[in-house]
Order: sequence, then C-alpha cells, then structure tokens
Amino acid sequence: MHADTGFQSRKAAALAAFEGLASEPGVPKPDPILVVDNVVRRFGGLTAVDVAHLEVQRGSITALIGPNGAGKTTFFNQLTGFDTADAGEWTFNGRKMSGVPAYKVARQGMVRTFQLTKALSKLTVVENMRLGAQRQRGENFFAGLIPQLWRGQESLITSEAEELLTRFKLIAKRDDFAGSLSGGQRKLLEMARALMGNPELVMLDEPMAGVNPALTQSLLGHVKNLREEGMTVLFVEHDMDMVRDISDWVIVMAQGAVIAEGPPHTIMSDPRVIDAYLGAHHDAPLSAEEAEQQLHEAEAELTAEADQTGMDGNSRKESGDERG
Amino acid sequence: MDWFLIFSRAFEAGIGSEAIIYCLAAIGLNVQFGYTGLLNFGQAAFLAVGAYSIATTVATFGLPFFLGVGIGLVLSVLLALLLGIPTLRLRADYLAIVTIAAAEIVRIIVRSVALKDTFGGTDGLQEFAHSFYALNVFPAGQYSILGGFIGFDHRGMWVLLVGWVLVALVSVILLFAMKSPWGRVLKAIREDEDAVRALGKNVFSYKMQALVIGGVIGAVAGFIFALSRSSAQPDLYSTELTFFAYTVLILGGAARILGPIVGAALFWFLMIFVKTGLEEAINKQVITFLNVNQVGAIQYMIIGLGLILLLIFRPQGIFGDKREIALDAR
Repeated sequence: MHADTGFQSRKAAALAAFEGLASEPGVPKPDPILVVDNVVRRFGGLTAVDVAHLEVQRGSITALIGPNGAGKTTFFNQLTGFDTADAGEWTFNGRKMSGVPAYKVARQGMVRTFQLTKALSKLTVVENMRLGAQRQRGENFFAGLIPQLWRGQESLITSEAEELLTRFKLIAKRDDFAGSLSGGQRKLLEMARALMGNPELVMLDEPMAGVNPALTQSLLGHVKNLREEGMTVLFVEHDMDMVRDISDWVIVMAQGAVIAEGPPHTIMSDPRVIDAYLGAHHDAPLSAEEAEQQLHEAEAELTAEADQTGMDGNSRKESGDERG
Repeated sequence: MDWFLIFSRAFEAGIGSEAIIYCLAAIGLNVQFGYTGLLNFGQAAFLAVGAYSIATTVATFGLPFFLGVGIGLVLSVLLALLLGIPTLRLRADYLAIVTIAAAEIVRIIVRSVALKDTFGGTDGLQEFAHSFYALNVFPAGQYSILGGFIGFDHRGMWVLLVGWVLVALVSVILLFAMKSPWGRVLKAIREDEDAVRALGKNVFSYKMQALVIGGVIGAVAGFIFALSRSSAQPDLYSTELTFFAYTVLILGGAARILGPIVGAALFWFLMIFVKTGLEEAINKQVITFLNVNQVGAIQYMIIGLGLILLLIFRPQGIFGDKREIALDAR
C-alpha cells in the first residue's frame, strides 16, 4: 500500500540517521532539532536534573525512559519553559530557548502534552481544538469585538479542527464538553489539540498512562503518523513494549542525568540501564544468610505466580486478539 | 397587610439604583471570576476609586465632572495593574488575599484623618453631582411607571436611565467579546492555565486584561453609586459590598451575560420584599414576637437561608448550565 511504503521510508530514514551511532550519553546526531547543554535543576539539596549534553534527531521518534524520580518530567518542564532551570542552555532549530516563557516556546513550534491530561472540561471538544490554532486575529480584545475581522480565519480553523477530529475519531464528540470524554479520549484530544499549532517538535509526557489496551494501539498509530508527517516526537514513557514498538532511539535518564542512549532493541541490555533500574549491585555476591533469605522469597513468589498464571495467560491472549 | 406597598417597594428596588450598582459590580466580577477564574475579593476598591475620583475632582479641586470620570477610569486601570503585576503570576489564592487587603487599604486611606481635606474623612464628600443632574433629560417632578405601581422622582429617573443604558452597553460589549476567540482564551484559562500556556497563549497578559476590564466596570459602578446618592462615603465601600456583588453573580449564574443583571434585580427585589414584608407584618400585628428593630438582622437570616438552599438545589445559579456543574463531580 502507498501509505505503508511512505511509512517505511520515513522510519527507514530515521533509523538510517541513527546507524552506527555510539550508545553513549550525549552522542552527536547528524541533524539535531533540539540541543541541550548542561541543564541543571535543583530543589533544595536534591539535584533533579543534571544533563550535560543531549541531542534529539529531527524527524525521529525518540523515547525518554528511566525509573521513577529520574527527572524526566522535570526535564520536560525545563525545556518547555514551565519551570526555570538553575543553569544551562538549549537551542531549538538553532534558536536559543533557555529562559523563554512557555507560551513563546509553544509558538516556536515546540509543543507539549501533560502527564495528567489537561482537557479544558467546560469547553466543547471543537472549542478545545480551535484554541490550539496560532496567530488568531480574534484573540485580541478589540479585534474580537468585530466578528468580521476573524470569522473567515475561524472557519478555516474549524475545518482544520474537524479534519483532525475525524482522524482521531473524535468527530462524533465535536460538540460535547471535553469533560465528558473518557480518559483515553482526553489523551487523544490533547494530542490533536497540540497539532492545531502545526508544531515541529511534539513532546508527549506519558501519552499511554491510563489508556486502555485497545486505545493504546490507536494512540501508537497516531504517534507514528506524526513522524510520517515530518514532525519530530520526544516522549516520556514507562511501558517498554510501547517504547520498543515505536521509538527509533531511546534516551535513558536516572537520578537526573542521561546515563545511556541507543536503539530500542539493544538499550535494555545495556549494563548501565540494568543497573539504573535494578540497582548497581543486584548481581554482586551475597552473604550466606542473604542468599538463603532471597531463595525463600523467590520460592514464595514462584508459588504465588503459579496460582495466577492461568488468569494472566487469558488476558494476554485477549489483548492479542484485539491487536489482530 | 398592605401587599401593594410591599410589592411596589420591592419592584422599585429591583430596578433601582442599588440593583444597577450591584449589577455593574457583578458584571466586573463576572469577567474576572466567572469567565477567567480570577478571585478578586477587592471589587469594593474599584467602586471606591470610581466614586472618589468624581467626588474629589469636583468637590475638592473644583475641576470639571467629566475630567473626574476620566480620572476614575484611568485610576481603576492603574489599580488593576498594581494588583495584577505581583500576583497574577502566582497561584489564584494570592490574588484573593492581595485584593481583599487592597480594598481595605483604599477604604482606610479615603477615611483617614490626615487626608480629611482631600477626601472628607468619615463624612465623605458631597456637592459634586450638579453637572450630572444638569444633564437630566427629565423635567422636575414625580414619574409613575406601570400605572402608578412604582414611581421615582426626576433625579431617580435620570440615574435609572443612565445606569441601565450603561448596563446594556457593557453587556453587549461583553457578549461580543466572550463569543470571540478572545473570550475562548479566558474561559480556557479558567479551566487550566498551564494547558493554555502550552498552546502558545500569553496567559499573564489575558489575566491582566480581564482584571483591568472587570476593574473599569467596577469603577463605573462606583460612578453610579456616588452620583445616585450625591455623596461618597468611605464605609459604603467595605468588603461587604464585594461579597454582595459575588452573591448577585452566583444567584444569577456566573459566566452568563444575563446572570449579573437578573441576579442583581432579583437580589434587591428579595431584600426589600423581605424587609418591607416583615415591617408591615409587625406594624399590622401579624407578627407579634418581633419588633421593627430586629428586621434588619432577620432579613439577612432569611436571605442567607435562601442562598444556601439555592446553592444546594441549583448550584449553577438561575442561568447556569447544569451539565457544567456535573463535570466538576467527575
């Protein structure tokens, strides 16, 4: 199919760009859209973010993973101007973005979504979408009083919004309050709304959190589509299946720093990543008592798991069916 | 009991100068609280600025009346900027704290002994409304409306005409503004300002615009307050005024253009209906366990009870949309 070949070529292009790159933190990319240098954020004595150097390749889907408390969301907040960094600078398309307020960051083409979805509940779905459009003449108070000045632009925005709503299968909800949508639909709406601004870089903070498996597949498709349309995607995620499925490159953070980068299929076997997730000495030799105790715990766990296996197997099969 | 008297007094209050003043004050709050979600608890300060601008310009300095109007509008903008610049970047509750304090500061300044020569101390200022009443289109005399059911004198009629025209004008402007993309940004800020920021809107600027517009409308309410009474007295601009204006807004329904208008009319109708009704009942020996001096307190108890019942059974107000309230419960 035509779409499929385009799909493959974009993915291939993205993968080719990463070909032969070292799996080192801060490795230079051939065509970075976002370059970060020495960003530091401290909360009192805690250093939440301390990233020496990082580049995000244009036209790729890059995943940002890491254990809880690794500073991923804080890092996101720094880059998008929602929190001020204590030190460091970063550029987007070569333009300096450090210290730029959030709304200007968004206008430059770097938009984000939130971990806790921010649907504007008492606005209808289509009003949510219209809000995402940039440079609206009617958003000035005085121009707003004269409908003739903005009606034309508004109808263009509305048709663009309806197109996106159709794509995200929300068109049936067009005139419902956004607050009446389900959690997954809100995620879709937030993503669609972000696209109204025609961004170059889309930053998704845990797009799959709280979304049921059926909707996950459709969300994954939409994220892949963003790359298809030439956008760059940087997303935070915990679900490793999803990371392996859609990302072209993975950046791993732990304790505020980038500890490793690499292609998704090899990154999880990187010893630094295993250490970050499981603790540095998880395979170091133990004393006799500790070994004994661990053995007991493992046995208890195995018996518990054996009791549950039947159920798990079934549910996995069901979700497999939905995907097929 | 003289029901004719009770109803005519109540109707007079429902369209009278009190209703106009609280209606305009509540329209200002509607822009700030109803549409944008800003908790301005200092609306009384904006009314005081409006009232004292006219009073001081004319009575103290002997300058033209319309200069006073202009000064009032400019000062209300400046007050909004002064309150907004330090607080609008912070969480919503800081604005509430700062505005309630600012309103008291304004009131205490205009009633201070040190500035008695300028603002008239606790007695306030009089003798500044001549120019306003000189423009009166109604010849002197009594005017009766609805076949003598309610009536006002020529000064009252002039205040009502100017006042309701201003209410209509402001409401029409806001009707257009709130239907525009500008109004959409305000409503979105009320829902979640971070989401709006992430969509490339300068949230601080929009919040400031809402604060300024609401404040200017508050100053216009202050003009009517001072002119209708031909007097500006500091203690009329206490926090009670702000809270009554909020009551009017919530009664009518926040974030609705007609909300404050119907809210103000109904609020004053009920206030005077209950008061006159009680007084009549006591005078005519229908109620024997109360005396006339207790009516003031009982009036507030009954109105308060009514408001509590309203909030329980119709939390969205008269014009609100029940579906919107239901969303909050999710």
